[in-house]
Amino acid sequence: MSVQLLGLDEIHGSLVALDHVKNVSNEEMVRIQLKDGSVRKGRVVAIEGEKAVIQVFEGTDGISLNNTRTQLLGHPMELGLSKEILGRTFNGVGDPIDGLGPVYAEKFEDVNGQPLNPVSRQYPRNYIQTGISSIDGLNTLIRGQKLPIFSGSGLPHDQLAIQIVRQAKLTGEDADNFCIVFGAMGVKNDVADLFRRSFEETGVMDNVVMYVNLSDDPIVERILTPRTALTAAEYLAYECGMNVLVILTDMTSYCEAVREFSSSNGEIPSRKGYPGYLYSDLACLYERAGIVKGGKGSVTQIPILTMPNDDITHPVPDLTGYITEGQIVLDRDLFMNHINPPVGILSSLSRLMKDGIGEGYTRKDHQDIANQLFACYAKVQDARSLASVIGEEELSPLDQKYMEFGRNFEKYFIGQSFTANRSMNETLNLGWALLSTLPKEALDRLDPALIEANYNPDHAWITIELIVKNEGDR
Amino acid sequence: MSDVIYSINGPVVTVRHSRSFSMREMVYVGEKQLLGEVIRINTERTVIQVYESTTGLRPGEPVIGTGSLLNATLGPGMLKNIYDGIERPLLKIEEMQGAFIKEGKSVPSLDEEKKWDVTVVVKKGDHVHEGQIFATCPETKTIQHRSLIPIGINGTVVETVEDGAYTVNDTIITVKDDVTGQNHAITLKQQWPVRVPRPIGTRKPLFMPLITGQRVLDTMFPIAKGGSAALPGGFGAGKTMMQHSIAKFCDADIIIYVGCGERGNEMTQVLEEFGELKDPKTGNSLLDRTVLIANTSNMPVAAREASIYTGVTIAEYYRDMGYHVALMADSTSRWAEALREISGRLEEMPAEEGFPAYLPSRIAQFYERAGYGETKSGMDGSVSLIGAVSPQGGDFSEPVTQNTRRFVRCFWALDKNLAYARHYAAVNWNLSSSEYLDDLSSWYGEHVSRSFMTLRNEMVELLHEEDSLLEVVKLIGSDVLPEDQKLTLEIARVVRVGYLQQNAFHPDDMSVTLEKQFKMMNVISYLNRACRTKVEKHIPVSLIAKTGIFDKVIKMKFDVPNDHLELLDGYNEMIDAALDGIL
Repeated sequence: MSVQLLGLDEIHGSLVALDHVKNVSNEEMVRIQLKDGSVRKGRVVAIEGEKAVIQVFEGTDGISLNNTRTQLLGHPMELGLSKEILGRTFNGVGDPIDGLGPVYAEKFEDVNGQPLNPVSRQYPRNYIQTGISSIDGLNTLIRGQKLPIFSGSGLPHDQLAIQIVRQAKLTGEDADNFCIVFGAMGVKNDVADLFRRSFEETGVMDNVVMYVNLSDDPIVERILTPRTALTAAEYLAYECGMNVLVILTDMTSYCEAVREFSSSNGEIPSRKGYPGYLYSDLACLYERAGIVKGGKGSVTQIPILTMPNDDITHPVPDLTGYITEGQIVLDRDLFMNHINPPVGILSSLSRLMKDGIGEGYTRKDHQDIANQLFACYAKVQDARSLASVIGEEELSPLDQKYMEFGRNFEKYFIGQSFTANRSMNETLNLGWALLSTLPKEALDRLDPALIEANYNPDHAWITIELIVKNEGDR
Repeated sequence: MSDVIYSINGPVVTVRHSRSFSMREMVYVGEKQLLGEVIRINTERTVIQVYESTTGLRPGEPVIGTGSLLNATLGPGMLKNIYDGIERPLLKIEEMQGAFIKEGKSVPSLDEEKKWDVTVVVKKGDHVHEGQIFATCPETKTIQHRSLIPIGINGTVVETVEDGAYTVNDTIITVKDDVTGQNHAITLKQQWPVRVPRPIGTRKPLFMPLITGQRVLDTMFPIAKGGSAALPGGFGAGKTMMQHSIAKFCDADIIIYVGCGERGNEMTQVLEEFGELKDPKTGNSLLDRTVLIANTSNMPVAAREASIYTGVTIAEYYRDMGYHVALMADSTSRWAEALREISGRLEEMPAEEGFPAYLPSRIAQFYERAGYGETKSGMDGSVSLIGAVSPQGGDFSEPVTQNTRRFVRCFWALDKNLAYARHYAAVNWNLSSSEYLDDLSSWYGEHVSRSFMTLRNEMVELLHEEDSLLEVVKLIGSDVLPEDQKLTLEIARVVRVGYLQQNAFHPDDMSVTLEKQFKMMNVISYLNRACRTKVEKHIPVSLIAKTGIFDKVIKMKFDVPNDHLELLDGYNEMIDAALDGIL
């Protein structure tokens, strides 16, 4: 029987202070029982002599100095885990909210995780096929990578994430051993519902674990949500040997929760009011992607964040970009031109791509095609900015070709319908076909032999039509 | 009364009413013996910053002082090793704890079992002084470890061992101190407080370049051996890629690579790649000359703050043996943020953007540890520092970039737009600068060619001219320009694409000798002059372009293999032939 302490000494935001506590440890979990019988959870965040400062997960509304009994649980925040969590939905602190009763835990893990020793990491090399040309072809997702989607309010990042979840496919021997951990932080009710529905419709729900914190749920719980989700992902990957794809949305709400908590603590703010430790804090989440040497499983992360006012230099996308291995940026101009998914090719990047594609993984000519497409599309931008001044008719014949190429590239390569699932070969052939619409001399990044073998202007449109024919409206 | 923990707040722990600690002393905190450092003392409280996670720590647990400052252990066995920010060997930790790093008791930095093949180079009766070499042993295939008499010891050798196999803990020589008359037992290993610069001996002016094999650096913005450079750039601009290339190909003897608050996968990549790649000078593995320090972004923040100092202390130690050492720190912004985070926990008054007011002086102290000198061992050695800076939002006006810029003499500004256009190395030629040009020009004159700097300046002028012409082109298109300006644009493109742009994956282009750089510049300069003569004779640039000579010259970096540089001499004739072929 552990000691229960009566009353509190201070309440401030989501923090409460308790005096005359003996034998309390840092980050220890506490259970606070209110007079009305309801129970809240909390965590010790600072200790000063016999005074402990406790962060209450569910918020402090209704708590007074003398209506509580507090019990120290003697262990840090832990999450009960077993393979049964697949197919279930939990809140941010890991309690089931799908009405199917508690999970029998085989193992308890500290939600903060532990840093993976750099020498124990395996460098990620194998790719995940998403069936989306702009990702597979130009920003390939690699198993064990963390590749965020930078979006803006109103852009279709949720659809893109759903399409990735539905179409994501591994290649190689353990292709079936695949599951998804979905962490939602501060999302709207209907967005969470959209995800749940589409998981159910496509029949993948049995392989999905959801940790959901809605936008009106307490912020302390929001801060814990990605940690519980990643702890579950690590368990599934490293204990059960599965390949786990973690989707975290929306990291901007998460960071805002961290800011809110920090300012209520009276901490010194750095940029835009965010605390100075935001980088370390985000790193502790994102760095939990990876592969352990000798192990079977992997954790791949796709965090989604909305850039306030589409500003990529805002602290949240900025710090995220410094930690993650590339980024997929959604572009509002493309979206306005009805190109879906509106992946901004030039500002997107997958840093691990070069080592996970090519012979033995995708196709030998993958990197070359990607380089040439990037280079040509970059020239399209130059031609466009010139055209906006002097008009398209005044452009040189080559620049006019580029303008044409740009339109086709956006329409057929970037654009694809929500249900179109293109194979890697289709994506790369489409790339060749589009390049073939340009004069041969413009292909300056390709080996002449490679051009000889694949450059075929006469067949370009046949190939394009063949691939996009059955994809429906775009 | 023993000292016990009073309060805990994140990585900051305090002890009350203690007089037993000194400033910056290393302490063991709690029952798990977490490593910490004393950062503030008054009669009321001693504040300790803990280098590991403080989860589970309780007030009342003991705090034990070690009596010494935060030290690095120096000795054979550091090369080929990978350490965390406080010099704990990560391979050993993996062996003991598995894939995830748990907090707890420290592990010795050097392998204490391994026997080194020691040759003693002093005799009984010799008078020795601090920093003198007393023994050598082959540390790796490439590097001979030269053990130095610890700083502060001068005296007479009273005893030595026979040459043979010894561990780092065995006494190799015994020295009777001149002043105290005490006997010092000297082993292969020694301690040095990381925050204190090791004495260099006599500093010398910098005169020799650190050759990196990257054209844009060696030709346009060279760094001297013993110099310091900053590499600022937003994310995705290619800082890490650049640091890796320099670490792989530069002509330093020893590389210290500090991954400070960066990605775990990047360090894995370094380990993998450097293990496979061959050192161009010796043919041995690149790891044979490399010490890696990996304090990734998810490892404790206080150890991140220390990692830079640990790295530079190891660098200075190898410098004192008479080696040329280059240290890459990726990234110093993460280190500055660690300073800010700890400063915030201490509730210090912030200056700019939450950074503490002592940020500039800390940055200065770090970069001042670069230098070239005659070391106390009598040999020349140097430490060159190359720090990546990750400015928030890619905005160079933020405090870390600005303060770094004040204390380095080489500024290699990476440009996001170049990186987006897949132009590697994305060093922006208009924003970057090197103050070493004057110091180094005589070296280039003697060792490469007298005209090296002239050719370089010619290219710089071309690029500046292009920059102003492009303003015009943006408004009205290039068709209306006079022919000679059109030619400037074409030649500048040759310089940009053919010379400055480099392919980090092409075997003949990933690293380029100064000789090839010079010959390539010569070709471009000749092309420029030859075309100008034609243009003066009213031959339009479009006709010259049709001959394909520009693209031919652009491709020379791939077409001429590094072991057949004489092929570059044939380019002048090729240019003549192509130009004479016009009508």
